[in-house]
Amino acid sequence: MSSAEDTNNWVGKSLPRKEENRLLRGRGKFADDIKLRAMLYLRFVRSPYAHARIVSLDTSAAEVLPGVACVLTGAEIAKTTQPFIEIGPDPFAKIKDYPLAVSKVRYQGEPVAAVVAESPAEADDAAELVQSEYEALDPVVDAEKALEDKSLLHEDVGTNRVWNGVFEYGDVEGAFKEAAYVVNIDRLHFHRFSSTPLENNVVIAQWNPKDERIYYQCNNSFPSFAIQFLAAHLGVHIDRIRVETSDIGGSFGIKITSYPQMAVCALASKKAGGRPVKWVETRSEHITSSAHGNERTFRDTRVALDKNGVITALVSRHIDDCGAYPRYEPLGCVIWSQVFPGVYRFKNARIDFSQAVTNKCPVGPNRGYSRMQHLWFLERIVDICAHKIGIAADEMRLRNYILPEEFPYTTPNGCVYDSGNYPKMLQVAKSLFGWDDWKIKQAAARKEGRLIGIGIGTTLDSGTNNFGQSQIVNPFLPYSGNSQGANCKLDIYGEVVLAVGSCPQGQGHETTAAQVVADVLNVHPDLITVRTGFDTERNVHTGFSGTYASQFAVSGLSAVHGAAQKLKSEIKRLAAFALNTKEDDLEFGSGAQGPEIRAKSSGKSINYWGLSNLVNANSASLPSDLYEITLNCRYVWRAPFKVPDTKKKYGSLTLTYASQLHVAVVEVERDTFIPRILDYVAVDDCGTVINPSIVEGQVYGATAHGIGAAVMENCVYDAVGNMLTSTFSDYTPITAMNMPKVKYGHIETPSPHSYSGAKGMGEGGAAPIHTISAALQDALFANDIIIEDSFNNADSLFRAMAAKEIRHVVSIEKRI
Amino acid sequence: MPDVIEKVAIKLTVNGKAHSLEVEPRMLLVELIREALDLTGTHVGCDTTYCGACTVLMNGAAVKSCTVFAVQADGAELITVEGLERDGQLHPIQKAFGDAHGLQCGYCTPGLMLATAQLLSQNKQPSEKEIRKAIAGNTCRCTGYQNILKAIQMAAQSIKGA
Ligand code: FES
Ligand code: FES
Repeated sequence: MSSAEDTNNWVGKSLPRKEENRLLRGRGKFADDIKLRAMLYLRFVRSPYAHARIVSLDTSAAEVLPGVACVLTGAEIAKTTQPFIEIGPDPFAKIKDYPLAVSKVRYQGEPVAAVVAESPAEADDAAELVQSEYEALDPVVDAEKALEDKSLLHEDVGTNRVWNGVFEYGDVEGAFKEAAYVVNIDRLHFHRFSSTPLENNVVIAQWNPKDERIYYQCNNSFPSFAIQFLAAHLGVHIDRIRVETSDIGGSFGIKITSYPQMAVCALASKKAGGRPVKWVETRSEHITSSAHGNERTFRDTRVALDKNGVITALVSRHIDDCGAYPRYEPLGCVIWSQVFPGVYRFKNARIDFSQAVTNKCPVGPNRGYSRMQHLWFLERIVDICAHKIGIAADEMRLRNYILPEEFPYTTPNGCVYDSGNYPKMLQVAKSLFGWDDWKIKQAAARKEGRLIGIGIGTTLDSGTNNFGQSQIVNPFLPYSGNSQGANCKLDIYGEVVLAVGSCPQGQGHETTAAQVVADVLNVHPDLITVRTGFDTERNVHTGFSGTYASQFAVSGLSAVHGAAQKLKSEIKRLAAFALNTKEDDLEFGSGAQGPEIRAKSSGKSINYWGLSNLVNANSASLPSDLYEITLNCRYVWRAPFKVPDTKKKYGSLTLTYASQLHVAVVEVERDTFIPRILDYVAVDDCGTVINPSIVEGQVYGATAHGIGAAVMENCVYDAVGNMLTSTFSDYTPITAMNMPKVKYGHIETPSPHSYSGAKGMGEGGAAPIHTISAALQDALFANDIIIEDSFNNADSLFRAMAAKEIRHVVSIEKRI
Repeated sequence: MPDVIEKVAIKLTVNGKAHSLEVEPRMLLVELIREALDLTGTHVGCDTTYCGACTVLMNGAAVKSCTVFAVQADGAELITVEGLERDGQLHPIQKAFGDAHGLQCGYCTPGLMLATAQLLSQNKQPSEKEIRKAIAGNTCRCTGYQNILKAIQMAAQSIKGA
């Protein structure tokens, strides 16, 4: 038997993943792999227009096609359901959002009807027979124009402005009065893109009208949020909705937003007499109409700096574009403020934040959600100011970073950064990168006329939200705090079984959760069965359960740890009785018959089967004072948050702050204008690491998403709202040909806010977008070009460089 | 659209097992594999032959089965991800992907492993550049390709050494 000293060995190891066995053999169970008896297939009919009134919708030819079970339209759904709950306050709370368009369409690809048939091919055929006539309306594709309210998307509301709020802290005017430099930046723009997980959305729904229960198998990544929306919309009790997920082929936040399609599938199943209905999204549907990341424009930015280039104040106006329906929004209107000052020390700032609807695909959480836009903006400011004043980019950062000794650091808006060491990350990055060598090579290359830039991006990945921040958006919302549930039990034969309320999509939760339980019980992780996927009927979920917002290492594993501890103390009590000794005489470990508990004094032991048998199958020998022991322990972890001050927009909004620092060398080719990455370094700090190879893998993945977004991936709309990048061939997700080799480094500053010192991670704060913009800025500043946009491909760089007139987006006032 | 779509009889071998089926001429090979044969390890990620999630070996060549009609596979020998292992033992490529943490969600993995199988059958010691080119048609949204490149190098080593 291994001794008690062996505990705490598994956390921190690169344990191979439990998930691999099935995934490598092609035996994963993804939602599209599931077939149910008598299953029907659903296809959506979608709008070709971005903004139009529906004049007529004739489904009669589709309905009579052999093999068609039923057809649903928005008008029909609106009669039997409630519009979706709106998160935003009045007047936007008034909008009528149904999962199929009712009287008008508001983005290209919006579903107007759903056709249900015996086979996918028959559903396709029937969908083509739906006749629709539209009267085109003025499309609004630009958020700033939308705010002029000339063409309204939601007439009942009377405005396109979803939300507006001013975030002001410190003494802004005073700081500007004393400034040595003031830098003005007219406009910056963060583009629209989408993480496009390789597996599209899939829903299977079965709503048997006889028992009024809805059963879902799907790949939604925040099911406990989806059921809250669905129950209210469909008018059913929430306990009647069962959602199961299994393996999920990536989500990156996007799959949080599939609840409208989940609603349609349930309604279609009901109409078809309770037969299960399956919808498998196509890639074009995914790109045009699932969810995009938030697009944001930064206007009239003014930055005050002292004579050393230390930023003392910031004023700006931000306009966020949430597409046609706010849906999960306007949460993004406050989520960015989790990282209000980024990694910098300035105390005085005023940001006027608005969000507008436009005739484009609705936005949703997308890896780096709402914070990356803001962090990119701050990094642009830092680089632009550095260049204008003439301070090197690395030096500028060192002068402005929050210092290691200042942690835990309270930001101007009351967030508490748990830990970090940004100067050290910069140092690690520089040494991995060969900073000084690159500086020499860059100078030589510039003499030859080559355009080479070196850029730094420092960013944050805030994890474990305080949902109380939603009350800053709408004080009437009933959400605050954060929680996650887990259940750890001994099954009847003594197997250790764990269930947790997350729904992983490749992050290896089965493995890291087993590592945590293995340490608590001092057994091998192979002996722990972790349930795959999510299931409302496992009875572990809370209102916040799902997988999103960089938090599993904190919320998920804290719940797992708590449940395992609870089980451990029950096991102790029971074993003390069984072995006739005191609890402190017991040790946990494994013997010849598997996991067991041993009395140190007598050497006697009882294995897990023996313990479970006492509780579950042999209970006559159990004294009644031990009846409360169930060996089936549910634990809910709650984040220690308070409701923020909604008037002052002040409070702790997130529990942990992982940080990333990337450095890149980028060359803009003289002939082709293609931005080529010549070298790339990523340094990560997510506190104490649970599983190093999983963390490293997440860093690489987030880096690829960021590089793709910076130079290849863009959701392009034309002036009338046609989406021009609606297939992978047009959207061009990054491939192995474009992805550079990444040099990886890491530091660990343990978080004082989690039991293990770990921080949530995985979103990566879009570091590559900041870094590549910074490198391009460095490459082109001498040509008087300011990198104004987060997306820079050969075409946009050509346009910037070929422009006849230099656009003066930046000016500087020197007062010394 | 004709009222009745004539089905076509085809024969093919998948992972060593012979099948005779009647299929609609418009049926894609990937639909045949997933829906008719229930081999769900082959995935679908796009509709424009971009992502390679559907890659299988057809007569030894890696093909995107979403871009082949089932009738075109008449008489062919196919290997899908389910056909890689031998007697329950992982193929060296499968093992290397696991050991190198070359997968996260695992959705792209079957296609990537079969693209790798074709590469290594033609080139025992591919350079990094050759590997990148060989998997240019396979999209992975999770791993950033770093560990996939490592996995393929490891697989090449272990096959060469075997
Ligand atoms: S599904 Fe075949 S290439 Fe994407
Ligand atoms: S591992 Fe998820 S797409 Fe490759």
